Amino acid sequence: MRRVFLLLAVLAASGCATSPDADPRDPLEPMNRALFNFNDAFDEAIGTPVAKGYRAVLHQEIRTRISNFFSNLGDVFIGVNNILQGKFQDGVEDWARVAFNSTIGLAGIHDVASEMGLEKHDEDFGQTFGHWGIGSGPYLVLPFLGPSTLRDGTGLALDFYADPMNEFSPSEVRDPLWVVRLINRRADLLDASSLLEQAALDRYIFLRDAYLQRRRSQIYDGSPPRQRDEEVNEPPPPAVK
Amino acid sequence: MTMTKTLCILASFLWLGAAHAQETIPPDALVKQVTLEVIDIIAKDKEIRSGDRAKLIGVIDAKVLPHFDFASMTSLAMGQNWRVATPEQKKLLVESFRTLLVRTYASALAAYSEQKFDFRPLRAKPTDTDVTVQVRVLQPGQQPVPIDYSMEKTPSGWKVYDVMVGGVSLVANYRTEFATVVRSTGIDGLIKDLQTKNKTLERRSAAPADKK
Repeated sequence: MRRVFLLLAVLAASGCATSPDADPRDPLEPMNRALFNFNDAFDEAIGTPVAKGYRAVLHQEIRTRISNFFSNLGDVFIGVNNILQGKFQDGVEDWARVAFNSTIGLAGIHDVASEMGLEKHDEDFGQTFGHWGIGSGPYLVLPFLGPSTLRDGTGLALDFYADPMNEFSPSEVRDPLWVVRLINRRADLLDASSLLEQAALDRYIFLRDAYLQRRRSQIYDGSPPRQRDEEVNEPPPPAVK
Repeated sequence: MTMTKTLCILASFLWLGAAHAQETIPPDALVKQVTLEVIDIIAKDKEIRSGDRAKLIGVIDAKVLPHFDFASMTSLAMGQNWRVATPEQKKLLVESFRTLLVRTYASALAAYSEQKFDFRPLRAKPTDTDVTVQVRVLQPGQQPVPIDYSMEKTPSGWKVYDVMVGGVSLVANYRTEFATVVRSTGIDGLIKDLQTKNKTLERRSAAPADKK
């Protein structure tokens, strides 16, 4: 474990040393790019084929049920995070969703709460920290998990730690469920990732900026204060050439 | 003489009236009308649904493009570099950026056309000339995805100059990317990158081997 930290520290240091015109939000770009390429190779070899297979084997209807089941588990801590952010009504709604979906919705596989007008929210510990005014810190690409920041990565560790699925036992049930959950998640993102592939000239930059913009929007629940055009993603001085 | 004159005046009034009527379609109504029309065309067209990308792009060209202001999208995405670009470079930039956006838009439509849309009421004063029209894509079991169209009033009607999907502005997202490329290979380098990208996408969509 200590060796991993050492490796990270060395990579981080080398990251700081190079790239004179790095984006100020991404001082570790060389390390991040290396991890991005690693994730990409892993995804191409394993993630995408498995997700495509999963999608080919299971009918959309069944995949929706599976997504709903995990989404219902997620609502527990979405509620906690809403409360932590002082959004009490939203938090209570999230728990009402869990109550209805876990019972009438048969362990969450039917999202009856949405049909009743209780809309799904989207919160996590990273957003809560952001809501409290903690800055994102440097951009980070996490191994296997993808785009994050120092703040959001810390939040993510808490998200995993607190996840209700940790309470499931025995591990013979829990571990396969985690695998299904991850594959299901990757399958949900297949369309988005093929769009990214199309739209971007440099996928690393495109994904990084999209991630940072999206997190900002999430922290402000979809209506961030308007930035002046120059302030949005403006890189260091332009080279006239 | 007077007859012709009267007819001329009448005709010009009619023409003005028609132009005026088109111009005054409010932005939110315009977005709804165009979205529903395109979704409807896709739903009824077997060839498009079975993956005829060229035909889908044709539909977008005819129905959607007239409502986008690509020159302003390109200039916003270029930021300060726009000012140093020559008129010829600007023309090529707008052309190649438009082609890329249309292709991406076509893929997004093909992937999401079966979802339901929720058109939000416009929150703006009648005198506003720069508004955001909000649409939400409803997906079963997931938080709706917001799509915000930034629109500006022009003499030829309301035009879209940016699209935000899930809080991500397309224009802002391309800005860093464009600036990075310009910094290393100049504006001509960026034009070349865009053109190469478009050619690759065209070749790929022409090859039926790439199944969706």
